[in-house]
Amino acid sequence: MAFVLSPDAPLRSWLAELDAQIERSATFFAGRPIVVDLSGIPDSDPDLETLFDELRSRGIRVIGAEGVDGLTPAVQSVGGPLIGGRPLGLYEVPDDPPDEPAAPEPTSMVLDEPVRSGQTILFPQGDLTINGSVASGAEIMAGGSIHVYGVLRGRAIAGVTGNQQARIFCKKLDAELISIDGLYMTAEDMDSFRGKSIQARLEGSSIIITEIS
Amino acid sequence: MSKVLVVTSGKGGVGKTTSTAALGAALAKAGKNVVVVDFDVGLRNLDIVMGAERRVVFDMINVIQGDAKLSQALIRDKRVETLSILPASQTRDKDALTSEGVEKVIAELREKFDWVICDSPAGIERGATLAMHHADVAVIVTNPEVSSVRDSDRIIGLLDSKTERATKGERIEKHLLLTRYDPVRAARGDMLKTEDVLEILSIPLLGIIPESAEVLRASNLGTPVVLANPDAAPSRAYADAARRLMGEQVPMTVPGEKTGFLNKLFGRRVA
Repeated sequence: MAFVLSPDAPLRSWLAELDAQIERSATFFAGRPIVVDLSGIPDSDPDLETLFDELRSRGIRVIGAEGVDGLTPAVQSVGGPLIGGRPLGLYEVPDDPPDEPAAPEPTSMVLDEPVRSGQTILFPQGDLTINGSVASGAEIMAGGSIHVYGVLRGRAIAGVTGNQQARIFCKKLDAELISIDGLYMTAEDMDSFRGKSIQARLEGSSIIITEIS
Repeated sequence: MSKVLVVTSGKGGVGKTTSTAALGAALAKAGKNVVVVDFDVGLRNLDIVMGAERRVVFDMINVIQGDAKLSQALIRDKRVETLSILPASQTRDKDALTSEGVEKVIAELREKFDWVICDSPAGIERGATLAMHHADVAVIVTNPEVSSVRDSDRIIGLLDSKTERATKGERIEKHLLLTRYDPVRAARGDMLKTEDVLEILSIPLLGIIPESAEVLRASNLGTPVVLANPDAAPSRAYADAARRLMGEQVPMTVPGEKTGFLNKLFGRRVA
């Protein structure tokens, strides 16, 4: 069984369509025997002479031509006209399956180092986890929630992109300031939770701190 | 393999210059070829603490600007022959330090010495960042009080982000040297506890140097304390710290305590 390509005039635009098809299904023609049906092309078409070279340059292996009366040099170059073939119906060239979808952007960030005084960590894309302490004079900011598995001594600012659901968790609270979605609380207001494991969340327009065990 | 060590702190007056001189002298006494380099351009002190202030002819800025050769600026210590000092300029300021010039001087010192000890100026500006830039090892000098600890924390952040090693993605070795430790005030609870300092800074402890009149007397005499009075408590603490820098395991002793309760803490990274 061979596949039949049936070019139609003008050849130039047909070749352009063929290129577009090859673009979508790059491996389809590799190693397949192809017969070219020239019945749609007038013998006088000036591009006919170069058609087979054009096809070869695209990696298409032409084994013969049919639907042709004259024995042009081009037809001879592929071994002359074929006769007696019968069509089995139209075949739609399948497109290659689309590439793997691009990996989604990470929505969380984990740091294994302590955050030092004077450093700022900003992660607007989502949640920020610090596997260490946050020093006095350091600042960590996240679009989502903040988790600190250490002592939080600096500033923690959650929900910086306007996320009211953001929360702050820390193993030991000694913060200078915490803030969620623009509302903030300074050290003086957190005195009763100092040294404790806490979570902070937003309820209406106030920050609620609760101890976690 | 030569090592470039920076003695830094962020805060002033914590004992950087004293510690540079003492560690340099202790390493040199142990047979190492050591140079101590004063980076405090405009406020030089290391020459005084080393007792070399009357022998300064050329300084590091002269070398950087090509007015003198490095060998002309280096001053050899009269007490320990493997110890040299490269003084800073007193008449210029930190803007006279160029990063290319510092790089060239450090590279040349690396070829001549086993240890290149850079005495950083206080602060986090140009002088301090240039002093730490080429370091392989950092000794962070900290007093047991809150402001010193916070400044040290800031400096550790810079060491981990701004030094040549950090920009190449390598680690810089960091050690904490706790200075001006007062056993009496520690017993009263007037100072930050050593454990608390270690917990906040999360770097290994190199030594605890007791507050002592010996240190002040030695500085005024222009002799590093380890040479002036090798048996004094601070001298022994500096000598132990120098041995730890050379990779030896030395039990940690806390001034004013009979047994070293910090032995279990030493070498352990505190999270």
